[in-house]
Order: sequence, then structure tokens, then C-alpha cells
Amino acid sequence: MAKAVLMQGNEAAVEGAITAGMRFFAGYPITPSTEIAEQSALRLPQEGGKFMQMEDEISSIAAVLGASAAGMKAMTATSGPGFSLMQENIGYGAMAEIPCVIIDVQRTGPSTGLPTSPSQGDYMQARWGTHGDHPVIALSPSSVLETYTLIIRAFNLAEKYRTPVIFLMDEIVGHMREGVVLSNPRDLIINRRKMSFHDGANKQCYFVPEGEYVPAMKPFGQGERYNITGLAHDVSGFPVNSSEIAGRLVTRLLDKVEKNADDICRVEEFAMDDAEIAVVCFGGTARAVMDAVLQAREAGKRVGMFRPITVWPFPEKQLRARLPQLKKILMVEHNHGQMLLEVQRTVGGALPVDFLGRIDGTVISPADILAKLSEMEGKNHAE
Amino acid sequence: MPSDLVHLYMRIDHLPQIWCPGCGNGVIMRDVAVAIDELIHDEENSINREDIVIVSGIGCSSRAAGYLDFNSIHTTHGRAIAFASGIKMANPKLHVIVLTGDGDCSAIGGNHLIHAARRNLGLTVVCFNNDIYGMTGGQYSPTTPNGDKATTAPYGNVDRPFDIAVLAAGAGASFSARGDVYHARETIDIIKRAIRHKGFSLVDVYSICPTYYGRKNRKGDAVEMLRWQKENLLPTARYYSMSEEERAGKKQIGILSYNDYPEYTEEYAKIIAACRGKAKKQGGDGT
Repeated sequence: MAKAVLMQGNEAAVEGAITAGMRFFAGYPITPSTEIAEQSALRLPQEGGKFMQMEDEISSIAAVLGASAAGMKAMTATSGPGFSLMQENIGYGAMAEIPCVIIDVQRTGPSTGLPTSPSQGDYMQARWGTHGDHPVIALSPSSVLETYTLIIRAFNLAEKYRTPVIFLMDEIVGHMREGVVLSNPRDLIINRRKMSFHDGANKQCYFVPEGEYVPAMKPFGQGERYNITGLAHDVSGFPVNSSEIAGRLVTRLLDKVEKNADDICRVEEFAMDDAEIAVVCFGGTARAVMDAVLQAREAGKRVGMFRPITVWPFPEKQLRARLPQLKKILMVEHNHGQMLLEVQRTVGGALPVDFLGRIDGTVISPADILAKLSEMEGKNHAE
Repeated sequence: MPSDLVHLYMRIDHLPQIWCPGCGNGVIMRDVAVAIDELIHDEENSINREDIVIVSGIGCSSRAAGYLDFNSIHTTHGRAIAFASGIKMANPKLHVIVLTGDGDCSAIGGNHLIHAARRNLGLTVVCFNNDIYGMTGGQYSPTTPNGDKATTAPYGNVDRPFDIAVLAAGAGASFSARGDVYHARETIDIIKRAIRHKGFSLVDVYSICPTYYGRKNRKGDAVEMLRWQKENLLPTARYYSMSEEERAGKKQIGILSYNDYPEYTEEYAKIIAACRGKAKKQGGDGT
């Protein structure tokens, strides 16, 4: 039996990443993610891995993509302003299909904002931050232990779908300390990327067999010469000006995530079996929601928690499955209403969707949520 | 008929290249290919073709990565050196050669250039320096001489230019050199030495852009521009054989600075070895 250790969320992210096989980290100091860089600098050489402190966040994500193209599982970590700087190269990773993990420990924005205060204001940026239509997978943990297990899954998904995966933490979880036992994580099977090209079409690097979505690419330096570019390219990896080929490429990139949503999307449901009100939340916010749900249950209210763990693509199928039993939804998040838009889109007007958010850097408490639930009941009586 | 060199080291399916008639970039790309070919066939100390990775950014220069038949990656504007840093760290045995331009490596990518030079990470950077942004149609770059014209400097360039080889040396590059299109043989030898160099190496190769820079500044056609290089860019021995007065307005072609500073990936390997040795002694996993 492994011993329980007291660990911070940011440290757990590094331990999980190392378990997943991460051997290269490049980053730039920024609050509240800096401990991830510090812990990587300490731990990676012990595992034969490498850490680089780069000159900015742009070069950090660039070095990560380079290391991944040369065969290493690679990660970077940042927070709001640095996440903004990384966006162009995140799109490059999606277009060139280079797996990696990008941690964003969200802090209060916009701009420099409140650097040490929690937020979930980068939810939409995680989806739409880079230009152009592109696939995104983003996962969000709500506890220190889940940070450890979920980042292993982030690496698995990055490898499986050959795309950057965004690990959307928040200051709450990043700086939270909890006793955790790191044995027996749920996702111990690490998918290794296929190390040779798919057969067929002269073994071209971006060739994908009919009915599949993901090319199999050898890393650089392992005997197959090929070209990688961020320009629209054909199966050989060379730039083309053909609208037909460009359209087919981007459609495949989007499809590889959208058509595999069942595999990618995970949610946690708590007290949802007979719930009439679902409180939807993600990341660190779930801690207060869980407490509020327990208190509401003690008061005899049929309230449950619905928490997307995969936040992009939004787990709409899972939420839709709960709609017939629900009377109302309350979205709770530390922003001005971002996941709210996804919930409203999924619900499509079938139910009232209420909202509780904060953008001032303070944490939403269980009492805030209970008060909001009571207010919603009040509205009921008024109707 | 393409030469043997083209057949061997260029992706002929993707030729002819997109550069304008008279552009110097094709000559520099050939210089790189010849340098690599001579290193591959060096009987005493040959390098492996599969260990070569060509990294480029965005701009006219950066199209060269796609034409050269090696592992090649055409990255984002200004970031080639940062991508290359990750590639070299992941697999230090690779010869990572960055092909970049004056705008790509000294404007948008200037920060990455100076920091890679400072770290002495074992990359070779070959800058195709044509004093202009060609791909976007002739805007002034950080190397456009003061007073010269460009589409964004219709009244003459107010900026003062960088000398990229001096900039890299100032940032701590352990190998900094200058080449040009006219002196092809000298430039090939410089590129060979740069690739052999263990630490960070930069070769600033003066290209010619008759289409934009030349036309805007009445520099004549490609032949005229090459004649200017022949008369004003002088190999080291000739440069130093001249008096101060004779050297006025002329520049040296050759290696400008050289040091044997410790190379970054080798230094990092020592840290790994020390950490792992310690972990073994303790009989633990190092945590």
C-alpha cells in the first residue's frame, strides 16, 4: 500500500505527467503555475528527462512541439497572459498533429488582472484562442488526486489523437494541498504513439486509412524523412494551394475529435439519480458545489452535481441524457458565463438555466450556491 | 537537367522553387546542400544523413526547408530557433540546422536568437539575409540600411540596422560568421564549420533581392548586385590585407568569432547523470 502524501495540485500535475511518460518540459515563470516549472526542473533529470526555462511562453510551446516531433512526450505550463502568448503555436500543433500537453492554471483576468486569484475565465479561450477552425481537447480536474490521474489521461489522449491537449486547471486546484495516495491511478495504460507510418499510399506521413482519423508518424531521426508544416498540406506533408485538399484536411482534424467525443468526454455525476435540479460546474468550483449539494440534500432538496471532466468537446450527450428528469439547471463557474453558453446550447430552451458566477477573484462558497438555489425556488413560487 | 546534387538532396517533385528570378536564396540553399554532402562524404568523420533536421520559420528563406530532402519542419514566423531547441534537447545527436531570414530571425524571432546564442545550444542557424521582407512584398527589415527605401519606408528608412553576425556574437554565440551569395565556395566552407561546431553557430549569409530591395533602391539587376558583393564583401585574408582606408564601406566574409564554451545539451546531460547517480546510491528512485 502506497503512503498518503501531502501534495499541491501543481506538484501532482508534474508527478502525473512523469508517470505518463513526460520527459521534456519547457516553460516560463508565471503565477499561479510556477510550481509546475519548479517541480519539473527538480524531478525530470532524476527520471532522465529534461527541463528548459525559455525566454517566454511563445518559445516554451515551440520547444515543446519540437521535442515532441523528435519523439519525446512534452509539456508546458502557464497561466492567462502566457496562455494568450501560446495560442499561435497551439494552432500549429493542431494543424501539424504534434501531441503535447499545455497546462493553464487559470487566474483572474483580463490582462494582468489579479495574478494570485482564482478564475475560470479562460474556458472559451481554451476552445477558440488560436485562429481558424481547429480541434481542441481540454480536461479540467477538481482535486489534487484527480490532477494526477487526469493528466495521465491528457497525455494518453494527446498521443491517441495526435493533438495538443489543454489541461485547464485553476488557482483553486493548483494551489490546493491534499493528502493523496498515488497508487493505482485510473488511467495507467499509457498509449504510445505508433512508431511507423500507416501502410499504404507509399507510407506517407499524413496518410490515414479509410474510416480512421489519425495519422501514424515516426519521430524525426528514426529513419523516415518527411516534412512538417503549418500550411495546408497533403498526405505527404507538403504545402498545397488546393481548396479540396485543404478542406479535406481541416475536416479530418475536426472529425477526429468530434466523431470520437464518446471516447474523449467524461463527466462526474454526484447525487444525480433522482435530481430535479442539476448544478453544473467544472474544476475547482466543484468543491463548493459538492458541499452545497450535500447541504441541500440534508434539507430535502433533490439537487445533484453534473461536472464535465472533459470540458472540450463539451459533453453535450451526457448532459442531454439527464434533461428528461430535470426541472432546472444552475451553472456555477468563476467567470461571467462561459460554460453557461455551452449548457444553454445543449439544453436548447427545454429548461430554465440559471447562473452564478464571480469575476472578482474571490471564491464562490457553498453558502452562495445555497442562497442561489433558494432564490431559484423563490422564483418558482412567484411563478 | 537537374544536377546530381539536386537529385540527391532536393525533393524534385516540389521544384521548381517559388523564388523570383535573380533571387540569391537558391544559391544559399545549394550551399547548405553542398556543405551537408561534403560532411556526409567526409571519410574521416562523416555525418549521417538521417541525423539532419532542417527547421525553418516563415518567409522566402523558410521555403528552403521543404525543398531539401531531410527531416524538415516549417514552423511559425520567428519561432524556428525555439522549435529547434526542443528538437535538439529531445535528441542531441541530431544535427539541427535552422534556415531563417533577416526578419524571421532578427525581428519577430530576435529574442529566440539571442537566448539560443546565450545558452550555447548546439544548433546551426543559417540566415538568408536579403535586407527586406520579400514574401509580403518589400517592407523594410531590421537589416535594411538606414535611408534605404521599402514599401513601408517610402521616404527612406529611419531605423538603424542590425548586423546579425555581430548581434549573435554579442549575445554570446560561440560561433558567428558571415557569408554571401557571390563567395559560394567560402560560404560552403563556413557552413561546414558551423555544422561541425559543437555549440551554437550562426552564419549570416548576405542574399540578394533584385525584385524588391534592388528595384526600390536602384541597385541594378542580379548581376549588378552580385558584382557589388564581389567588390565589397571580402574573405578574411583579403580583408585583413587591406589598409583601414581601403576597408571603408567593405565587410569581412568569414568567421567573426569563435569560442569553445560548454555546449548546453552536454551540460544538461551531466545534471541527469549526477541526479541518476545519486538516486542509485540511495537505492531509491530519486524522489
